[in-house]
Amino acid sequence: MAKRRLVLTFPPKLVEEPITYRLIKDYDLVVNILRAKISPEEEGRLMIELSGEKSALKRGVDYLNRLKVNIQPLARDIRWLEEKCTHCTVCVSLCPTEAIVVDRNSMKISFNKNKCIACGACIPACPYKAIEILF
Amino acid sequence: MSKTIAEINEKIRKGKAVVVDAEEIIDLVEEKGVKKATQEVDVVTTATFGPMCSSGAYLNIGHSKPKIKLGGGRVYLNNIPAYAGFAAVDIYLGATALPEDDPRNEVFPGKFEYGGGHAIQDLVAGKDIKLVASAYGTDCYPRKNLKTLINLKDLNEAVLFNPRNAYQNYNVAVNLSDKTIYTYMGVLKANMGNANYCSAGQLSPLLNDPLYKTIGIGSRIFLGGGTGYVIWQGTQHNPTAQRKDNDVPSVPAGTLAVIGDLKEMSSEYLVGITMPGYGVTLTVGIGIPIPILNEEICRYTAVKDEDIWAQIVDYSSSYPLGKKESLGEVNYAQLKSGKILVKNRDVLTGSLSSYSKAKEIATIFKEWIEKGRFLLSEPVAYLPGPDTGYSFKPLKER
Ligand code: SF4
Ligand code: SF4
Repeated sequence: MAKRRLVLTFPPKLVEEPITYRLIKDYDLVVNILRAKISPEEEGRLMIELSGEKSALKRGVDYLNRLKVNIQPLARDIRWLEEKCTHCTVCVSLCPTEAIVVDRNSMKISFNKNKCIACGACIPACPYKAIEILF
Repeated sequence: MSKTIAEINEKIRKGKAVVVDAEEIIDLVEEKGVKKATQEVDVVTTATFGPMCSSGAYLNIGHSKPKIKLGGGRVYLNNIPAYAGFAAVDIYLGATALPEDDPRNEVFPGKFEYGGGHAIQDLVAGKDIKLVASAYGTDCYPRKNLKTLINLKDLNEAVLFNPRNAYQNYNVAVNLSDKTIYTYMGVLKANMGNANYCSAGQLSPLLNDPLYKTIGIGSRIFLGGGTGYVIWQGTQHNPTAQRKDNDVPSVPAGTLAVIGDLKEMSSEYLVGITMPGYGVTLTVGIGIPIPILNEEICRYTAVKDEDIWAQIVDYSSSYPLGKKESLGEVNYAQLKSGKILVKNRDVLTGSLSSYSKAKEIATIFKEWIEKGRFLLSEPVAYLPGPDTGYSFKPLKER
């Protein structure tokens, strides 16, 4: 048995595709949905844990690649380096879960780790390298 | 009721000057009226902290023995090419310079891990910088190669000299295309997935002195944590840009060229940054004092976020093609609320310029003036204003 935790990002047109059903039915994988955010106009994001035979796992991932789903390993930890953060707020609109929020009075951000799904969207966007991902 | 800069400086020297920041003056004027506020307040501090690509530093590294003429040769600082078209040991390091072997956007979006902006920050932080140079050798400067570490404290001169900083207002960037784009305005998600702006709004220097009545050539300022001066209008200075009734431009307009001693500055207010897919640059912290000489100037400094408007521009097409198209106007109160309406849709906003850092600079700067550590200067000449006809022209390709 092998296991992989992945973050899947897919364009709106793939929202209709029964991805998890296929992974279970056609690829014989156990799919555990850790978190999901899917809305019709936006990109969908799915955090899943796949387990099954090694070869089945590989075929399942190939299937996702064929669909042009963006696959990233799920990070273990996201760290906000407060001393590097200048509170510019440019990362805020990229966070799908409101794990980064702005106090509109002080215009300072705060990071709520419990809400973070470790999608990584904020990381390249931070000009100050104030958010770190650890795999 | 009017005051002179000399009178204000006299009060500063005695520790009696009343200084407020450009946020505090808003409430003060609302509470007491312009007349009273003008009588009470001597100086309003303004500030901004944002990426400013037209920045860099010139350095004089001192002569080696035997001597080398870097002018006309090649010089690298931490692998980043510096400009060496001056005399023997004067060089200029620009904020956006990249190592020659940086893959740039070959694998898109490029990562741009380290560049000129970062090297300037490291230099200011007091770190050793690796200098590698080659020259052609002359009778008076025979040496052809040089490899050494340099440090800020040992340099003869290290001067931050930025040809264009402190833009008076800026665009709000969105992306109308159906794929993510990587710009100097940050990562812009497809189909107006977000909107990025870049101004400190009501705290921003030139928005508080929209017609350049006090900020001019020779104005002493807070620059990168040290003291600096405005030395000219910045490149692309565009005073004839469209303005609202309050004289505040609603498009990018005036700019400043500034200078200051790098040795006095701090890596807290000069920060090298990376914009994925775009490159590296330098975030510069600037504070400018506005002497409250009369009621008109006081009224200008009381400008609020809701009175400052900016244009929403599509960075997937209009901007790169140089088309002057606006998708609408929003004010900074709306931008700072976190959400704006564009084409009847809610779009989340983010800023590249840090308002909270600008507020921090305005506050520190206020203390400098209150404690008599910083005196105001009288400009020796004024920047071209709207009535001069001075404007920003596109390139005519021939
Ligand atoms: S990784 Fe960043 S963008 Fe993604 S959920 Fe966590 S904080 Fe938000
Ligand atoms: S982009 Fe980086 S510096 Fe800006 S608010 Fe987010 S974490 Fe802080």
